Amino acid sequence: MSKYIPNTDEQKREMLSEIGAAGIDDLFCDISGKIRLKSPLNLPKPLSDIELSKHMQTLSDKNADTDHYTCFLGAGAYDHYIPSIIDLLISRQEFYTAYTPYQPEISQGTLQAIFEYQSMICLLTGMDVSNASLYDGASAVAEAVLLACRATGRTRVLAAKTLHPESREVLRTYTKFSGITVDEYGFLDGAADLSDLESRLNPDTAAVVVQNPNFFGIIEDLKEISELAHKNKSLLIVSCDPISLALLKPPGELGADIVVGEGQSLGNPLSFGGPYLGFFAATKQLMRRIPGRIAGETVDLSGRRGFVLTLQTREQHIRREKATSNICTNHALNALAATIYLTAMGKNGLREVAELCAQKAHYAYSRLIETGKFSPVFTSPFFKEFAVKYRGDVRKLASRLLEQKILAGYIMENDYPEMDNVLLVAVTEKRAKHEIDTLVERAVCA
Amino acid sequence: MNEFEIKKYSTEHEWVGVDGNKAYIGISEFAANSLGEIVYVELPELGSELNVGDVLGVVESVKAASDVYSPISGKVVEINEELTDNPEIINEDPENSWIAVLEISDPAQLDELMDEKEYEEYCAEEE
Amino acid sequence: MKNETLTIFEKSRPGRKAYSLPECDVPKKPLSELIPEHLLRDAPPGLPEVSEVDAVRHFTELSKRNYGVDSGFYPLGSCTMKYNPKINEEIARMKGFTQIHPYEPEESVQGCLEVLYKTGEMLAEITGMEKFSFQPAAGAHGELCGLMIMKAWHESRNDTARKKIIVPDSAHGTNPASAAVAGFDVVEVKSDENGWIDLKSLRETMTEEVAGLMLTNPNTLGLFDGNILEIADIVHEKGGLLYYDGANMNAIMGITRPGDMGFDIVHLNLHKTFSTPHGGGGPGSGPVGVVKNLVPFLPKPVVEYSGKSYYLDYNRPLSIGRVKSFYGNFTVVLKAYAYMLSMGPEGLRRASETAVLNANYILKKLKDDYLLPYDRACMHEVVFSALKQKEYGVSALDIAKRLLDFGYHPPTVYFPLIVKEALMIEPTETESKETLDRFISAMKQIAKEAETNAEYLKSAPHSTVVSRLDEARAARNPILNEMSRSKD
Repeated sequence: MSKYIPNTDEQKREMLSEIGAAGIDDLFCDISGKIRLKSPLNLPKPLSDIELSKHMQTLSDKNADTDHYTCFLGAGAYDHYIPSIIDLLISRQEFYTAYTPYQPEISQGTLQAIFEYQSMICLLTGMDVSNASLYDGASAVAEAVLLACRATGRTRVLAAKTLHPESREVLRTYTKFSGITVDEYGFLDGAADLSDLESRLNPDTAAVVVQNPNFFGIIEDLKEISELAHKNKSLLIVSCDPISLALLKPPGELGADIVVGEGQSLGNPLSFGGPYLGFFAATKQLMRRIPGRIAGETVDLSGRRGFVLTLQTREQHIRREKATSNICTNHALNALAATIYLTAMGKNGLREVAELCAQKAHYAYSRLIETGKFSPVFTSPFFKEFAVKYRGDVRKLASRLLEQKILAGYIMENDYPEMDNVLLVAVTEKRAKHEIDTLVERAVCA
Repeated sequence: MNEFEIKKYSTEHEWVGVDGNKAYIGISEFAANSLGEIVYVELPELGSELNVGDVLGVVESVKAASDVYSPISGKVVEINEELTDNPEIINEDPENSWIAVLEISDPAQLDELMDEKEYEEYCAEEE
Repeated sequence: MKNETLTIFEKSRPGRKAYSLPECDVPKKPLSELIPEHLLRDAPPGLPEVSEVDAVRHFTELSKRNYGVDSGFYPLGSCTMKYNPKINEEIARMKGFTQIHPYEPEESVQGCLEVLYKTGEMLAEITGMEKFSFQPAAGAHGELCGLMIMKAWHESRNDTARKKIIVPDSAHGTNPASAAVAGFDVVEVKSDENGWIDLKSLRETMTEEVAGLMLTNPNTLGLFDGNILEIADIVHEKGGLLYYDGANMNAIMGITRPGDMGFDIVHLNLHKTFSTPHGGGGPGSGPVGVVKNLVPFLPKPVVEYSGKSYYLDYNRPLSIGRVKSFYGNFTVVLKAYAYMLSMGPEGLRRASETAVLNANYILKKLKDDYLLPYDRACMHEVVFSALKQKEYGVSALDIAKRLLDFGYHPPTVYFPLIVKEALMIEPTETESKETLDRFISAMKQIAKEAETNAEYLKSAPHSTVVSRLDEARAARNPILNEMSRSKD
């Protein structure tokens, strides 16, 4: 008897007799004997709570967590400070056990939180309209491209080679099946190669996709990219790190048509890659083409302010095969965490976080270069992450540092074969000076 | 507003009001009622060439979206911009709230459509 | 005004803060030395400024304006709103799971990889599939991924003429939408008088231009399609594949398996059948499983076991590629794993049996009060129609809104589309007979009220923090954020 199934055997008998069935099997009469399982599923015997906790603790102990390891790994997922209030608040059952807010009268909490989230994303990105979030940054890039192709009636896109490799992979998968061709443009000193971009633009180019800061941590000059894209009547899609937006010019001001990004940095733990959230914002012109849920403000019968899901005719439950996307819901709880994070950090806190990241990353960069064991790869400006070339075998370095409980960084050769022995190092506000100094010392000794 | 020389209806519930070589196109009262409160109308592009059955626009209520198909062929010479800000006028007066005006390219196509009486019977069957 | 909650922006006061950050402990440089001035924004984004207690009270206040499974009965059909076990939440918050970077070397994430591998094995056993991928983040995402696999498989055999997908008229809206994103044209197949797929119509539709059929079984009417073996034969004979939408898997765990019914590709909704919470709309998890000959097409990487350790296999030339970054919604998968371990094989079967029993009990008790369009034993959910009440001018929506006054989350309404005024009730196994009886009596009272006091139903709900909201106004003049309101 499971503690999650309250009906007693006696109640089940009563219910069966009420239904007029001789036994449970009668209810399954439409399932032919040919496909009925003859024996129980071959699964482990049930565990009690105590056994389950112990088992899971044993498994979790096999992983190297960022409380016990100093994390300089980034490459799209970052070890930022998470205020304690976030987990406590998103753990309120009214938030986490609820479904999508289909009944607005009893979902005002979720709906207002989405409205506040949308407001915050618009403030960060400088865009007019945000949706309620998508699955993650990579699928948000793919959805942005699908939108751009529909809006322009064109079938090619130009993506930067400095776009996150996994975003490019997801983009390739999505487009492969919808008749869209993805070309890539190169980089120069780590930033978008504008002449390469310009030479690849053609009348079929629906959009130019750029990441800022890009995968190498480098800050792009969006203004010039935007001018090139718009001269060709292509849309500009920018994928960005939301923390950087506390410091950097909002892409909306620089001409972006769609701004997306990975929202994990906003109060969501690393969680071995998910669940995170993809944010998605666009100009007003594209409002009715945006994928996913959107909350809007209205009034009730007595004139009280309230919130509802709106512009729903874009969505699959109404448009079916003509919908703007097949996405059904959002990552509401992750978006709620992001909303609480942005509330807790506020106007000044987010800027402080971003400045601390920039200061510490630049300190780490100078220290590593000073050792003589690392050399610069690019000279373009960066934000919280940078590439350096190790004089030696970077894989060996990384595994020696792992033994010393340091997650050294991302090995670039995995995705850029020409970048042998290049390490991508991320430094967030959580890294204390002594941790950076330790990294430098150990890297030299290694 | 308009007293059209000829008014015809399509099986997809569009009406065509003929004025010289121009055809005003809208959705019927039956269609407007079944959609409910209309909140948005997507208009065609001025100058675009439409064939019979091409999507001329989209009429949306809160919980439904309905493509408006062009009942005849022709070039879009006028669009009703008022619908952008006040889509609800379709609910208020569907039989006069036109969405677009086409320059009729083949008047014979009008013969394929239903007149008012035929359309009434058609709607009665649909219900 | 009473019951109106200020937004966090309206509560903001310059100078307040809810964060605590360390001083900069590295030698500080002027910002413009680090980042060129012209790339910097002029002023910080206008986020709210509140104290910690303001923030906590604000979101606590918002939570009180919500309704969750822990608040009460949530019979939202097709969504399987079962109870979310608390120990799973505790496990998903273990630091050895939450504080793990996805790019750590395999040797330092053996626990995470083991969870993914073992969960995949268990789901394969439950569904009769060979192997699962956890990349899809939700059901719709799983559908898209599964259809891509279908397309890739046909293409790998140089069978490129298959541009169509058959979807029943009773299907969930994501089915045709996903098929369209995967580059297929959608063909609808009708349901027969039993609510099953019309075999004649299927035979006519299933040609060599069709890549496959998407099916939910039990279907969205809550009925198990007893012709499933014939259906599978018809599709396979013409070279198509069968896709199983696992939305309704909660009816059949341990009783029958999609693999045994003839399905080739399956997606599951861990946030339905496997008890992970819905989070107000997500995150969910929509793993995709396939039969043996389709395994090479799964998204990459997949988790493999060498006999000594777990590893990520990227070397998969036939793979459709990635559909999401990293390895999926890991901590959601973790909760499903914990759920299966605590239920065991017997427990899972009991869950399905009880879910079906509960739905049939509601069917029996309410069939005299509400029209039952398909009058036969249902599976885990039952679909009524409010057409009887419509005679008094009361719609399914009015009934749903009136249920709010009784403290219940309403059933799914107006779905499936083939039932007019549909009321789709899915009680799940985690509800007791007492709860069902109370709900049944509320539904009976509402049916009476429809006859005697229709106006009261049409203005329901009467007891919620807001009454019915003007959705037309929201869609006509969209106010989608704080800034667009202040402009008005």
